[in-house]
Amino acid sequence: METVEKELLALGFAEVTRSDKRLNVTVPKERLYETARFLRHESATVYDFLIDMVGIDNGDSLGVIYYLSPSQSPERLLALKTSAAGREQPELFSVHDLWDSALVYEREVYDFFGIRFVNHPDMRRIFLRQDWKGYPLRKDYDASPEVNPVPLENEVIADMERTHSITVKMGDRIETTGYIFDNDDYVVNFGPQHPAMHGVLHLRVALDGEVIRKIDPVFGYIHRGIEKMCENYTYPQILHLTDRLDYLSGTMNRHAVCLCCEKALELEVPDRAHYIRTIFDELTRIASHLLGWGCMCMDMGSITAFVYGMRDREKIMDIFEETAGGRLMANYNVIGGVARDIHPNFRKRVKELIPYIRRMLKEHHLLFTGNPIARGRMKGVGRLTAKKAVSLGATGPTGRASGWRNDLRKIDPYAAYAKADFEEVIREEGLTFDRYVIRLDEIEQSLRIIEQLVDNIPEGPYAAKTKAVIRLPEGEFFQRVENARGQFCVHITSKGDKFPYRMKFRSPSLVLVGALKAIAAESKVADLIMLGASLDYVIPCIDR
Amino acid sequence: MEVKNIRIRNMKYGDFNDNEYLEEYVNELRKNGVNLFVGKLGDLINWGRSNSVWPLTFATSCCGIEFMCVGAARTDFARFGWEVTRNSPRQADVIFVCGTIVHKMAPVLKRLYEQMAEPKYVMAIGSCAISGGPFKSSYHTVMGVDRIIPVDVYIPGCPPRPDAVLYGMMQLSRKIKVQNFFKLPDQPQVPGTVDHQTEANGNS
Ligand code: SF4
Repeated sequence: METVEKELLALGFAEVTRSDKRLNVTVPKERLYETARFLRHESATVYDFLIDMVGIDNGDSLGVIYYLSPSQSPERLLALKTSAAGREQPELFSVHDLWDSALVYEREVYDFFGIRFVNHPDMRRIFLRQDWKGYPLRKDYDASPEVNPVPLENEVIADMERTHSITVKMGDRIETTGYIFDNDDYVVNFGPQHPAMHGVLHLRVALDGEVIRKIDPVFGYIHRGIEKMCENYTYPQILHLTDRLDYLSGTMNRHAVCLCCEKALELEVPDRAHYIRTIFDELTRIASHLLGWGCMCMDMGSITAFVYGMRDREKIMDIFEETAGGRLMANYNVIGGVARDIHPNFRKRVKELIPYIRRMLKEHHLLFTGNPIARGRMKGVGRLTAKKAVSLGATGPTGRASGWRNDLRKIDPYAAYAKADFEEVIREEGLTFDRYVIRLDEIEQSLRIIEQLVDNIPEGPYAAKTKAVIRLPEGEFFQRVENARGQFCVHITSKGDKFPYRMKFRSPSLVLVGALKAIAAESKVADLIMLGASLDYVIPCIDR
Repeated sequence: MEVKNIRIRNMKYGDFNDNEYLEEYVNELRKNGVNLFVGKLGDLINWGRSNSVWPLTFATSCCGIEFMCVGAARTDFARFGWEVTRNSPRQADVIFVCGTIVHKMAPVLKRLYEQMAEPKYVMAIGSCAISGGPFKSSYHTVMGVDRIIPVDVYIPGCPPRPDAVLYGMMQLSRKIKVQNFFKLPDQPQVPGTVDHQTEANGNS
């Protein structure tokens, strides 16, 4: 028994079970905050990384699952569960003072389930319009278009920035409303329609001269309701939606769902499939980083870099197209393996690609990394400390640029990553330049992985046989993979049906916008776009 | 005011097309060594218009990445004069709707469209923009942009390949070429939306 398990049992009210390397802790809602604070500050293992919050409608009550992990050993996982009694006015205590990422996660749970968090300073809907009727992820939600017709007018700004909060002081419950910005604030809108926002993010920025005082990101301009749709789709159908979440890491997202289902089905996936999946994941990562690099350079005024990045990316798209049939949406992983065997040219093409990209990486460094103007702009701005990165849950290259080791390929290897020898690139300072350079360095590591695997793809079947109708056994399943932006996680609650009861995706990008808030405050407005680009978020993944 | 049939008494309709005197001028000028070319002004304008269409960058999701590919090195739509992508609707001729349009975005898209100067065109790229596509069963998706703004060209695919986007762009070029610039057709009305122009006229 682990120490933390003993400690939790000693509290007296927590039920602790263990499943699949994960501790499940169930507490009554009155004790939630207490347990959370204990795990965050007092226990022997400090759980300082809140991975995700999953809201769930259990019929008679609404529940929340907090997935936690210690930042120093992210392979350990703890699921803290509680339920808010009643559907009329469900309330829970907020944990935003323990983990910064809870600020957005709690708003999301409120938006989808209507659970309000006491002490949360800003209980607004996060994706839907403030005037939206109903909570879409509840099971009794009325989705008919008459209830919520397509609006013809923009949302009123005053509605958008009116905050609600509930506080409890000495037994008294106080509801307050306020505004994000003061009357004197000089507020500038960025987006939602502008290519520099990398999608349809809408930032409302309060300026003092040219210094940023406050940022209020508005999400939801591409909220497609994927999680709700999943509840009516079979597992193989769901796979197609995952590619369209973070389309630049489509293969990896799909990999996560496949792994999760395979784990639940206890399906043995052939080695060949593992190797092919790993190579595809790494190719996708290279393509994504090349695009991210190109866009970041373009945001700093260098359009040539964008064209170069896209040119190299096309080569990877060709490889995808030959084997999988799709370019951007490879639609390649399936439950049990991959959709079809690799093309006879695959190995040859990949082996041609590796030296090419290496050569081009040198050129990219020569072109832009060494450019004194670019260096001057990137150095010294946008510092994200490791502590803040952990608290915000900023995983992936962003976290690693701040010195936080969180690469799941290393700490919790899946597929064929354990078979390859590569480094987890870490930088210490967490500045814009670090986040820029780490992507190029990761491309090099990805090439190394591919190089070692491509010649050793074992013979054998490329997919395991599955039943025609895939039903997951009853239970809760959770799977993480490392996509190009950080930890992408899938949570499935199954009731033994061919549809999931609840499906939740953790978007690594959502918290990156929180990181933008942290690093852009007090910097110059001219740097805002560059800082956003250095985090490389993908908006449809945030909005889901 | 109702426009009546205008009757012209002293000149036959056929005479309008009789340009003999123009040809005489031309011949005379050519004889004296002037290089001269006669054509319709409308054709000239359309030739120019169809070869310098400025798109508004409006990419909400995945299809936007393929749109970026169209603009980048391999397919390069600069060859067709489309490369001046504009970030402001006031300078754009065509809006490429790349990606899903959801409820919250719908009024934004409509406003962008209204801000564009006439003549303006709309291309719906990808199944999402055409009909809601893979997100047809979602509670927050608009089932096709033609419910909010009129569409000229539909390019199917999820996402359409860059070549498909190029093909669609050429179709729009063709459409522009055959239009009469001096008498552009009225913007089609989209059912269920309010036409601000007629509303304004009606009130006056
Ligand atoms: S049509 Fe397909 S690729 Fe295009 S935006 Fe929709 S889901 Fe994405």
